[in-house]
Order: sequence, then C-alpha cells, then structure tokens
Amino acid sequence: MATASPSVFLLMVNGQVESAQFPEYDDLYCKYCFVYGQDWDPTAGLEEGISQITSKSQDVRQALVWNFPIDVTFKSTNPYGWPQIVLSVYGPDVFGNDVVRGYGAVHVPFSPGRHKRTIPMFVPESTSKLQKFTRPTLRQPRAPPWPGPLCSSPSWFMGRRPEYTDPKVVAQGEGREVTRVRSQGFVTLLFNVVTKDMRKLGYDTGPSDTQGVSGPNPPQRFPQ
Amino acid sequence: MVSEKSHRGNRQEPVQEEPKTHLLSMTVRRGPRSLPPIPSTSRTGFAEFSMRGRMREKLQAARSKAESALLQEIPTPRPRRLRSPSKKELETEFGTEPGKEVERTQQEVDSQSYSRVKFRDSARKIKPKPQVPPGFPSAEEAYNFFTFNFDPEPEGSEEKPKARHRAGTNQEEEEGEEEPPAQGGGKEMDEEELLNGDDAEDFLLGLDHMADDFVSVRPADYESIHDRLQMEREMLFIPSRQTVPTYKKLPENVQPRFLEDEGLYTGVRPEVARTNQNIMENRLLMQDPERRWFGDDGRILALPNPIKPFPSRPPVLTQEQSSKAELETLYKKAVKYVHSSQHVIRSGDPPGNFQLDIDISGLIFTHHPCFSREHVLAAKLAQLYDQYLARHQRNKAKFLTDKLQALRNAVQTGLYPEKPHQSLDTIQKTINEYKSEIRQTRKFRDAEQEKDRTLLKTIIKVWKEMKSLREFQRFTNTPLKLVLRKEKADQKADEEAYEAEIQAEISELLEEHTEEYAQKMEEYRTSLHQWKAWRKAQRAKKKKRKQAAEEHPDDEIAEPYPEEDLVKPSPPEPTDRAVIEQEVRKRAAQSRRRPWEPTLVPELSLAGSVTPNDQCPRAEVSRREDVKKRSVYLKVLFNNKEVSRTVSRPLGADFRVHFGQIFNLQIVNWPESLTLQVYETIGHSSPTLLAEVFLPIPETTVVTGRAPTEEVEFSSNQHVTLDHEGVGSGVPFSFEADGSNQLTLMTSGKVSHSVAWAIGENGIPLIPPLSQQNIGFWSALKKADAISSIGTSGLTDMKKLAKWAAESKLDPNDPNNAPLMQLISVATSGESYVPDFFRLEQLQQEFNFVSDQELNRSKRFRLLHLRSQEVPEFRNYKQVPVYDREIMEKVFQDYEKRLRDRNVIETKEHIDTHRAIVAKYLQQVRESVINRFLIAKQYFLLADMIVEEEVPNISILGLSLFKLAEQKRPLRPRRKGRKKVTAQNLSDGDIKLLVNIVRAYDIPVRKPAVSKFQQPSRSSRMFSEKHAASPSTYSPTHNTDYPLGQVLVRPFVEVSFQRTVCHTTTAEGPNPSWNEELELPFRAPNGDYSTASLQSVKDVVFINIFDEVLHDVLEDDRERGSGIHTRIERHWLGCVKIPFSTIYFQARIDGTFKIDIPPVLLGYSKERNMILERGFDSVGSLSEGSYITLFITIEPQLVPGESIREKFESQEDEKLLQATEKFQAECALKFPNRQCLTTVIDISGTTVFITRYLKPLNPPQELLNVYPNNLQATAELVARYVSLIPFLPDTVSFGGICDLWSTSDQFLDLLAGDEEEHAVLLCNYFLSLGKKAWLLMGNAIPEGPTAYVLTWEHGRYLIWNPCSGHSYGQFDIFCPLKNVGCLIGPDNIWFNIQRYDSPPRINFDVTRPKLWKSFFSRSLPYPGLSSVQPEELIYQRSDKAAAAELQDRIEKILKEKIMDWRPRHLTRWNRYCTSTLRHFLPLLEKSQGEDVEDDHRAELLKQLGDYRFSGFPLHMPYSEVKPLIDAVYGTGVHNIDVPNVEFALAVYIHPYPKNVLSVWIYVASLIRNR
Repeated sequence: MATASPSVFLLMVNGQVESAQFPEYDDLYCKYCFVYGQDWDPTAGLEEGISQITSKSQDVRQALVWNFPIDVTFKSTNPYGWPQIVLSVYGPDVFGNDVVRGYGAVHVPFSPGRHKRTIPMFVPESTSKLQKFTRPTLRQPRAPPWPGPLCSSPSWFMGRRPEYTDPKVVAQGEGREVTRVRSQGFVTLLFNVVTKDMRKLGYDTGPSDTQGVSGPNPPQRFPQ
Repeated sequence: MVSEKSHRGNRQEPVQEEPKTHLLSMTVRRGPRSLPPIPSTSRTGFAEFSMRGRMREKLQAARSKAESALLQEIPTPRPRRLRSPSKKELETEFGTEPGKEVERTQQEVDSQSYSRVKFRDSARKIKPKPQVPPGFPSAEEAYNFFTFNFDPEPEGSEEKPKARHRAGTNQEEEEGEEEPPAQGGGKEMDEEELLNGDDAEDFLLGLDHMADDFVSVRPADYESIHDRLQMEREMLFIPSRQTVPTYKKLPENVQPRFLEDEGLYTGVRPEVARTNQNIMENRLLMQDPERRWFGDDGRILALPNPIKPFPSRPPVLTQEQSSKAELETLYKKAVKYVHSSQHVIRSGDPPGNFQLDIDISGLIFTHHPCFSREHVLAAKLAQLYDQYLARHQRNKAKFLTDKLQALRNAVQTGLYPEKPHQSLDTIQKTINEYKSEIRQTRKFRDAEQEKDRTLLKTIIKVWKEMKSLREFQRFTNTPLKLVLRKEKADQKADEEAYEAEIQAEISELLEEHTEEYAQKMEEYRTSLHQWKAWRKAQRAKKKKRKQAAEEHPDDEIAEPYPEEDLVKPSPPEPTDRAVIEQEVRKRAAQSRRRPWEPTLVPELSLAGSVTPNDQCPRAEVSRREDVKKRSVYLKVLFNNKEVSRTVSRPLGADFRVHFGQIFNLQIVNWPESLTLQVYETIGHSSPTLLAEVFLPIPETTVVTGRAPTEEVEFSSNQHVTLDHEGVGSGVPFSFEADGSNQLTLMTSGKVSHSVAWAIGENGIPLIPPLSQQNIGFWSALKKADAISSIGTSGLTDMKKLAKWAAESKLDPNDPNNAPLMQLISVATSGESYVPDFFRLEQLQQEFNFVSDQELNRSKRFRLLHLRSQEVPEFRNYKQVPVYDREIMEKVFQDYEKRLRDRNVIETKEHIDTHRAIVAKYLQQVRESVINRFLIAKQYFLLADMIVEEEVPNISILGLSLFKLAEQKRPLRPRRKGRKKVTAQNLSDGDIKLLVNIVRAYDIPVRKPAVSKFQQPSRSSRMFSEKHAASPSTYSPTHNTDYPLGQVLVRPFVEVSFQRTVCHTTTAEGPNPSWNEELELPFRAPNGDYSTASLQSVKDVVFINIFDEVLHDVLEDDRERGSGIHTRIERHWLGCVKIPFSTIYFQARIDGTFKIDIPPVLLGYSKERNMILERGFDSVGSLSEGSYITLFITIEPQLVPGESIREKFESQEDEKLLQATEKFQAECALKFPNRQCLTTVIDISGTTVFITRYLKPLNPPQELLNVYPNNLQATAELVARYVSLIPFLPDTVSFGGICDLWSTSDQFLDLLAGDEEEHAVLLCNYFLSLGKKAWLLMGNAIPEGPTAYVLTWEHGRYLIWNPCSGHSYGQFDIFCPLKNVGCLIGPDNIWFNIQRYDSPPRINFDVTRPKLWKSFFSRSLPYPGLSSVQPEELIYQRSDKAAAAELQDRIEKILKEKIMDWRPRHLTRWNRYCTSTLRHFLPLLEKSQGEDVEDDHRAELLKQLGDYRFSGFPLHMPYSEVKPLIDAVYGTGVHNIDVPNVEFALAVYIHPYPKNVLSVWIYVASLIRNR
C-alpha cells in the first residue's frame, strides 16, 4: 500500500505511570497529558488521563503505586516538538483540599523499546514570604498542630497553593524565569515505545533498529 | 572390642605383628625408643618396627605412669598435653579432618580425667595375675569381653595410643627425619585401620584357641574388618595429603623451571589451600600418569587469579533504587558502537574541568629604554654577580680539584698495590686510564679556575666602572653596592698546598713527558732501524742498479719509483724539568689564586642609597619621571586566546615589577600553547606590546605546590630613543666620553613564574587525561589545524614549514601527513592559508547539515523556517509535510504576494489611493513596532505562569480567618471574580461571547402610515397601520390607534458577531425588557489564541434592534376565517457596535448605550408625546435617542495582555521624568483606580511628556466657513469632522499592547487612531477656536480607559466624545463617561483628588488645589515645554472626483454583496428609487442627519406612492469597505424574501479636507402595493 513512501511516521507509546516517591505526602493522584509540537497529531489513544488516588504502601519503600496506563499514538512529519508527557500530582492537604504536589515532564523516549524514567517533581514556590514560611514543611503531615492564626495562611487554609496556570508550562521554557520552584518527589514512568516509518523518513532514532542502514538513505527493500 | 585390643596390645607378640606390619606399604624406619622396657624392646635392631609397637610402648608407659600416680594418690599432671600440643598437630598434619579433630581433642581431655585413669588401673590390677599364653586372652579378659560394659571408656584408651602415636610422628618430623611426605597422611590412616583390624584378628585367634579346647564354636560369619578394609583399599583410593615431590610431577630428568625467575610474568595464582592442592596433585598423579596437568615448574597449571581486588560493579547511586532497582532486569538491545572521535573530548573521557595554575610572581627588566647608564652597568653587574653566585654554588673548580686528587690517589695505590692479586696488565691498563683522566680533569679544572678568576675580575671591573660613573655624574641611580670581602687563609698552609699542587703537576707532567719521550724514543728507534735497513737496501740497490743499468738499461725506468728518500729520524729531545716547571707556574699564576693573595668574595648588596631627585640633574629627573609614568602588565594567552591579564603595575625605579598573581585557568582542552604578553603603558597612552614570553606547558607530574618558580627571559626588538638620561633601546650608546666602544642594548627582561597543574579537592591533579592529550587532542586538531597535528604548534611561517617539511622528508603518502601536505601545497602555491576575516563560529560550516542554498530550495525547510520565524501566514501551520513534493506551491503564494506587494500600492482592495498608502504605512509601522516589542513580549510575569492566592499582610490574613466563620450562603451574595484564563492553550469553541440584553428605552415606534399607504390593498395590512384612523403624522392619537392594545413596536435584538447571529425573543412596546442572554462562539483568526493575536481581532459585535412586523399574506379575505397566514418582516431600527477588542480589554461591558439610529427611519418616529404623557419629561428632553442596556462579557475571562513593561528612551529632562514618576506614584497611592497620565509613548517609541501634545491647531478652513458666526455650531462641526476619522485601536494597528500617541498631523495622515488621537485633535481644535478645553482622561463605557475632551462653555462644562462627536453636559446621565482621572491642559496636568470621580459629582474647577492636584506647581514650575505638534496643520482639499469614483465603486460592491446574500432570490433594483435616494443623501450630510425626515418622507411619498417602503440611511466614517459591508449586512435588509421585493441602494460620499470621507449608504426595500 502506501508503506513504500509514507508521509507520516507513527509513534506509539504505551506504558504506565508506575509509582511515585513522595515521602511527605499520601493519598495522591496524578494527571498526565502530552505536549507536542505543531507537526504532531494524536491519532489514537488518550492524550490525557487522571489516575485513581493511591495510598502509600505500608512497607519501607512507602511507594505510591498507581500503575496507571498510558496509551497513545501520535503521527507526525517532523521530530521537532517530540511529545513530552507532563505529569502533575495532586493530593489533599491537611484540610482535605486538593493541592498540587508536583509537576514534572519528560520526553517520550526516542528509541523504540522499553524505557523507564524517573522524573523529579517540583512545585512552584509562593511569592509571599509569609506563605513560604507557613508552608507546612512538617515531616508528619498527618498530625499537624492546630494552626494558630499566625502559623497558617489563608491560602493554606483554602487549599490554594501556587499552581501553574497550566501544567503544560513545565514542558516549555517560556516564562519559567519568573517562577521559583521547590523539588518534591519522584514519579517513575514506564514507556514502551514503538515507532513506525521513522527510518523510512530518514530519522534514525538510535541503534535499536536492527537494520544496519544509517543516515537518510532510503532503506533497502527486503533483501532476497 | 576396641578396648580389648588396647588391653591386650601390650602383650602381643611381635610374631603376630609381623603379618600385619607387612601390610603397611610404608613403615617408619626408626630406632627403638628410649622408653620403659616392654617386650618389644627385645627386638632392638629390628628394622621394620611397626607403628603398633611404638604405640604399645607409649601406652605402656602411660599406664605405668598412671599406675604410679594412682598409687601415690595424686592426680596426674597431664603430661600428655604438655608433650603433644595438639594445636601444632592440627596445623601440620591433621588439619583437614575437623570432625576427628574435635573428637580427638575432646578425648584427649577426657582421657586425662582422673576417674578414667583410675578405672583403667583397677582393670589393670587384675590383669597381671593369670599368665596367659601370649596372644590369648586370659579368662578374665574373655569374661570381661563378654560381660563388661566398656562403653564410655574404651574410646579414650584407644584414642590415647593414637594420640600418642601422633605425638610420635610429630616427634619424628621434628627430628628432621626425612620421610616421603606423600605417605604421611596415608600411613597415618592406614595405621589406624590397621590397629582395628589387627586387634580384631588377635581377638579371634585367641577365641579360636579356646574354642578348640572346649566347644566347637564356629566363628561368627563375619568378614574380618581387615579383609574388608583391604578390599576397600583395593577399590577405594584415598589421596594422600602429603606434598608430592616435584620429580614425580615432572617428566623424567627434567629440572623444574620457574618462569617467574626467568623474568616472565606468570600472574598470581588463585589461592588454594596447600592440602587441597596436595590432594589434587596426588589424585592426578594416580589417575593420569602423563603429567599433563603439571606445568614446567611442577605445579598444577593454573590461570592467573581472575578475582579483581576491587569491585568493578558501579556503585549504587541512591538508596531508593537500592535493592530492587539493582535486581531488576532491563532489556536493552545490543548497541552497535559507533566510534566517534570528532569531539575534542571524547565521550569516554571525563568531562573536562582541568585547571592550570599560572603563578606570575614578577618581572625584572634586564634592559629597559629608561635605563640610565648606571642602570646598564648595574644590570650587567647584577648579571655577572648572578653568574658568579651560580658558579660559586656549583663550585666546579673545587669539584674538579677533588676529583683530581682522588685520581692521583688511585694512581698512587694502583702503582704500589698492597696485594698484587691482579695481573700486571690490568693494573697498567687502569693506571693508564687514570692518568689520561687526570690529564683531562686537570685541563678542565684549569679552565674552570681561569673562568672563575676572569669572572671575578670582570665583576670588579664593572664595579669600578660603575663607581667612576657615579662619581662622574655625581648622583647615584641604583642602590647596588659591591663589597669585596677578603678571606685571609693560613698563608703557610696555603702556600704549601699551592706548592704541592704545583709539584704534583710538575711531576705528572714530567712523567707524561718522559712517557712521551720514551714513546718517541721507541718510535725513533724503529724508524731509525727502518731507515737503516732502507739505507742498507738502498745501498744494495744502488749497487744492483749500477750493475743492472749496465745490463738492462730498460729496467731503469721503473726503478726509481719506489725509491723514497727516507729522512733520517732525529732523536727526540728529552724533557727538561725546569721548562715544565716554569710552564706550570705560569699557568698557575694565571688561573689560580696565588697563595699570598687573599680569597676575594664579592658581595652585591642593595644597601647603597639613591640620590634623591632634587639633587639630580634635570635629564635624570626627567628620566625618573618617565619611569614613574610607565606601568607594565602581562596578558596570559592560552592557546593564543587571551584568558586573563595581570593588574597593571607601575614600573619601579629598580625596573622590577611585582605581580604575585596566580591565575587558575579552567581548561577543557589540552593546552597547546601558553604565552605571556608583556605590555607597557606610558602615562595614559594605549599599551604597547613589549614582548611575548612562551611558557612551557608543565609535565603532568608538575602540580601546584611542587612547581618551582622559573624565570623566562624575553626580549623585545623595539627601538626607543629617549630625550633624557635613559639610554633607550636598540639605540647605540657609549660609556666613553669620546663615544667609542658603542653598545646597543635591546629591551629585555625576565618573567618569574611557575606553571603547574592544579590539584582537585580530592587530591587528584586536574590534568586532562593522557588519552585526550594523545589521541583526542591530536585527532581533533588534525581536522582543525594541520600544523599542530604534527606536534609543531607555534609554527606560523608557512615557508619555514615548507622548508622543514622538505628537510625532514615527510612521507607525502602517509595519511597522517595528508593535512599537512595539503597545507604546504596551498602555502607554497602562493595562496594565503590564513584567512583575512574573522569568524566567530568557525566550525559552523561543518555543523550545517545542509547548505543554505539547499535549505532555501527545499520547500519543507522553507516552510519550517517561516513557521519558526512566526510569519503570520505560517505561524499555526500544522503538520508540515515530510516531502517537498507534498507541499503545494500555493502555500507560499499568499506570502510571496504579500512580500511582493509590500512596496506596491494596491488600490483594488482599498479603493481609494490615499487609504491604500496609509494602509501600507500602517503596515510598516506595525511591523517595526512588532519587532520592537517582540522581545518585550517574551517577558512573563509570575501571574502569567502561576496561579496563587495573594497573601499581602496580616490584616488580610485576619480577614480571611474571619471569612472562615462566614456563612456559606450569605443573604446578600457578592459577585465573585471569575477565573481568568491566559490565552495560550485555548482552541476553537473554548471562548464564548456572552451578551446579555437587558432592556431598551425609547425605541422608535411605528408611525401610522399616511392614508395613501393605508388602503392600498385589501389583502396586506400592517398591524400597526390597520386601525390608523388619522393620516396625519403629527397628530398621532395612539389611544385610538391601538384600541386593541396593539403595540407600537415589537422590537427584538439580534446580535451578530463573526457572522454568527443570535436574537432575542420579541418584546413589545418602545421600552422593551428582554433580559436574555445570548451566547456567541468566538473564533480567533487562524486559530491562534495567543494574546497578541487576540488583541488584534478587529471583529465587531453588532447589536441590531429590529421591529418585527407581521404581514398578513392572505390573498383572499374569504379565507380569513379558516387560517392565518402571516409573514414576518423585520425592520431595522438601529444598532450598537462594540469592537471585540474593547470587550477583550474591558473583560465585561455593562451599561446603557445609545442606539445608533439612522437619521431617517421611514415609518417610525420617536414618540415624544407619549413620553411626555407618561411624565418622563426631563429624561425625554435631555436625551434624544434610544438606549439599550447591555451586559457583555467573554467566557471564560481572558487575561488581556499586559502593556509593555519596558522603559523607553526619552529625550525629556531627567528631572522631569523623575517628577512624573513621583507624581504618578503619589497619585496611584491615593487613588489607584484613577487614570493618571503624565508621559506617553510616541509613534517612534520614545517617551514624551503628555502636555506636549496639546497645542492650538487650526481646523480646516472649510469647516470654519460654514458657520462663521456660530461658535457652537462650528464646534459641533469640528467635532463631527474629528469623529469622521476612523477609529482604530492601537492594539489592532500595532499588534502589541502599547498605547502609542501619534501627533495630530500623523493622525490625520494615518486617518486612523484611537480615542486619544481623536481627543487630542479635537482638544487642539477647540483650543484654536478659543475655547477653554482640556483633555480628560477617564473611564467610559464601553471604551474603558479613554480620553475625552472637556470644554467650558457659557458657564457649563461640556464633555465631548471625540469618537462620536457628541457632546454631553456635565450632568447628562447618559454620558458615557463614568470616571474622571485627570485633566490635561497644554501646560499642566491636574489629577482628580476629589472623593468622587463621576462627572456629575465632581467640580471641574482646576484652580482649586484641594480638588485637583496639579503637576506643575510653585515647587516645580512649568518649564515651557515645546510642543511635539506641528506649527500648523495643512489640509489638502479633498478630491471630489476621487470621492465620486469611490462612491460608485462602493455602490457597486454593495449591490453585488446584497445579491450575493440572497442566493435563492432574485434581487431587483429599483433605479428610480435609487436615484431619489441618491439625491436625498447629500441633504442628509448637509444637515448632519437632523430634521430632514419629514421633507424626505413627503418626497418619497410623492415619488413612490404605490410602494411600501422600508429603508434607512447609514452613516459612517470611511476607513475600508469591509465595515460598510458589515453594516449593511447587519441591517438585514437583504433578508426580505417577499417575492416581488425591490431594492434600492444609494451611496454618497462627502469628502472633507484631508481625505476624511463621510459615507452615507441608503438602503431600502420596496414592496409594491397592489
């Protein structure tokens, strides 16, 4: 069919948001979405997802396991703007308000195969000194002292922490210079990447391809 | 049984032992032991003494001991333990059987226990009684055997002898008895087995005897353990633990060969326990006699120990990934390794962060142009002294003297050896060697001594010269001072030594000479002998010849040839001692210090004083001044790039510069060159390069702290002549008065420095790895620099290089030399290799993956490129195709066309040329502004990125705490702010425009038609007209008109935006209330929802008010009873236009707006009477128009872009600018919401003080001429003129959020601008008309922050809306202006500091400082700022012909459009009506749409009597055609689908000066009445 000269290549990503390490927090859920360039178009699967709430494992690892599947297929004509997955993790604070616990992003791996990525997560810092000061840096968020009038802040009360206007900004560089962030934890992702026709279009995404052809030359047809 | 054996053991006969002993393959040969006598001792001399025997002896001994001990009733003192340290045994022999071992030690302890011994003794006491034949058990024994329970005891007793035996064997070894080691283990084991077996048989034998006598007892069917063991031994092989002798492991007659000893590397063998090794060797020897398992050294072949001393596993990174992560298997495909050596540092190397420490301690000039003569001498002196010191330190003369002495001694001893054990030959030989060496050394020593002396002499000479110079010039320049210290030695000893030395030398020389003499004599003798022989032969020959000559005269020819005239050697002269002595003494006097002379030690010190300046002659003073002016610094060049420089230090009077700076060069590459450049600065002139100093790159072993300070000399070839005492450089000068003996000195000096590699924190030197240095470096450089690739960096002269290459005979075919060869070929062919241009990224070419041309040719790349440049056409282009062939050529067409048209004025679209030009100009300004703000747009604020609750202070904190207690659902809820959305990730359909139509006032009502209209047909009737009783328009008797409660008007509102139309339900009456929300989707142009794009949306929201008219379409009245057939007609009443940009920036628009109602609305009238009747007198009188209350917003709320947060350059006075900032800050503090403007940005992007814009400017004379006497009318006319200039927000025209103020002439040229331009122009006109006028900055609806004009007229203030031309009284409640921020006059700014800011509530008297805060005051008087406005506005007369042409074209376009909008219907044009309308329009223009309606109506009636006519004139300023089309479309005239409808459309354009065009469009639909 048209396989002889494809006009797009496909990138199939599946995998899962496996687990997270947020030593201070519990009962978190995560959202993911993809950020990609103009030449990219999702053709199948889900671009966004929101996971279940998970609690810490009771063992030493204290891992927050979601095992939340990702499955999306993109088509593209240009590796520029290669998809990035943007993760944002939310969880309740002591008052039960959902607040953001971390943002993070990582490119979908380029080469086909199984990849595991651990993303460091971060949250924007508050501009207000007061709020920063009152930010609960408690090690045991489960049993905080009752916040007195001065050791709390309204935003904390109301469960409003600084959040990005759009989680997708973490996949972009624009405007980041005005923000200050603090690192939070880690999220581990597992990707299974399959590409199609990339080599035919002259994009060699690494040594994983079995055919030994490199460079933009069209590959040989099936050898007899 | 076992115990039995042990009991009986001692009585066993050797006979019985015999057969057993032979079973032992190897028995120990040893002499009898000196132990208590036992039966076996009788067998002294018996060679094959069995172990058993010995065992028994020991046993016996132990027993007897034990017995005696028991008798004495004293516990035994455990002699065994002392005797046989079991530990030792463990290690030596039995170490490998731990089980047994433990057992044994335990037993040993047990056996020592007292009770056992006792027991045994009791048993023994019985024993000796019956004398049983040897070998047989006694009866008791037999009995015991069967009855006694020996269980715990016998082991001990059995083990005891075993242990004893062990002790024995141990002893044997200790005695050094040679024993085949291989058998040790085996023997021991066999022995043990033997013991068992032996005893068993003994027992059986004994039993047999008994049985024979008494009963016939068959022996138990039992295979003797001995046999079994024997069988086992045959079958089983138990390898010995003894060391195998080497010879067994090697082939016959082969000596073991130890490779290690031969110097070959063998590696470390894995460690295996010795015993295991032995076992293995034994096993191998037994199994495989071929010995192929053994190496040459007789050991088992083994590979080197594969275990590394250090773990090679990478360290575990984090704790989190600890155990699980490590165990997890990751699938990775095999990677084909691609060697890439193109990077300077290869990936394998550690990332380079190396450091080179360069310590520049100082600089000393050995010559400098500013040197005075004295300095020259001083430098010379210092140099000589340095030399002297160096020589002194080495003291070569002394060394050579000592050597000479030693050699002499050696010769002395050699000549008279004490023990003549060596052959005389060798002695002679060595002595000869010594002698020659002595000769050599002496020569050297003499030379050295002479040098020392001359050096000393020179020093003294220079010092003298210096002294004389100082005397001569009468001042001192240098503190140098030479002191000659005399060291007096013991004269006598000295003299003796001197004499001895001379004597020794003389004797040596004599000896040499005699030797020489002897040799010569020998030579002489031989030669004499030869000579004699020759002479003899000669004589003989002569004789012969004489004879022969007579006989054979022919032969004579050849004869004289060999005849050589040997001279008779003269005997050599014997040497004369006196001569030699004289010679030696002379030489000694020359080179050596004479013994009476004291040793002179020169000492150079800086103790001298320099003559102060005031005592010096002028030339010298100026020299010193010059020196003071000079300063020196060094540049450090790394790989020919300047990396740092020292501070500039003044040159000291001593021409020394101390820097003492350490430069830490963080480097990545292996250094190629390291250069210091010496720069000298004289005064404030630019520095001159004196010299370059090349520093050697340190060895990798040289690290900081270990590097010695080195001095590198430099010199410069500069020529300097100075006009003072300084001698200059490169210029000849002389010390002599007559100028002879000239010297030419060059500037030179020394830099003391040290270069070393730094040491990292962990003590690792930060040196680039060798691999990089050798491979990476070179390979990388080979590409970059051919010369350095061959290791001769620094060679820059191509010719030299070529010469060198030719000389060194480089192989041109060697690929390594290829780049060099190419280089040389280029260089020698005359082409310059060094480019005369500078390139920043010289490797860029290599990194370009295609050439630029190819990039341009490819459509795909072009598309990508344009997209990344954000060219509007391509900004949102999605999915750029992969192949060029898939890209349509037409993609670029628009873009290319635009590019082409940039300078071509396209009139087609804009219809009139001026506007086309303006559009182009605007486009250009826009582009430049966009470029200007492109960077500024990149700035983001925190709010753009992060949503956060603000927490400003404690009070709010407390408030919010209080809020917690608030009711969740308060009775009076307050409006909550909506969440704002930044427009970055929106897409189509996300944004909706919400229009809430609340109510309207004073909608025109239908007017009962005149009689003519009323009864034209039976079939059609209008509800409103049906019952109109009176034909008179002026006497509307509504009460009778609508007896059935028929409404005057049934208005509904239709909102159209971006061609989407929504409408409300129909309400009734002139004051309808709809209260409906309409939702219209918003689509951004090109789907680009960026802020910039949204700002430039030009779309307008049209809010049209229609009257819904029902027409009965029944043809026949007879059918009326059965059905109603009506047709709905809609009649346009008016509209309100709100630009999207206003909504976008205001976020919401809430208010009552005047409906733009056409001046003539046929069939409708404003029902003033009715209003009057209803008592709205005041309102009605004030407002002549209809109003509609609206609420418009965007959902979700978009965050409008912030204005540019950038400081613009300004030509204003700095003080003024500061004052403006202060003023604004103060105002903002008091009333943050009130607009306060002091400076604005003009069109070229500079900040301008706002009052400069205000200046009286003349309105067009044309306008002034209209009402020469009526100022008020003129003012209105002028306002109208201004309002005719199209409104175009800056954001639309300039893309960015910037409020650019153009001057009035620019505004008139552009013919577009927003509120402030209109206001400024209007204000200027008013000022010119002599009015008191101010620019009023405030908020209005719907514009938001805007500019109005305030005038003072006849005791009241008028507020003018410059965009519409309307004026409002201060107390007009329908005035769109809602807040007043500040007033601006031509010479001052007043900020509103009153409590209220709405116009009706404030006082406009700016003279009251309590109400108005003025910018210029007494403290800051008005400086008299010049205006930015032109002196005068020049108006071109409007081109009437062009206007007429435009008029025709617009009419044509509109007609076409209307036909287009009615695709399914026939559109007929009523020419007659059109021409009527066309005549009417100029009238409208003249009267400005006032008070013409009635005449017009009458006229129309007259002409179009039998048509039902609905239509209206539209009036607009002209900017483009599109708004006109939109306006016509908005009226919905074309929507009539009555079959026989006809249309009329007339356009009139009235040109005003400066090409301001007023456009009138009369559009009407006509339906013929039947």
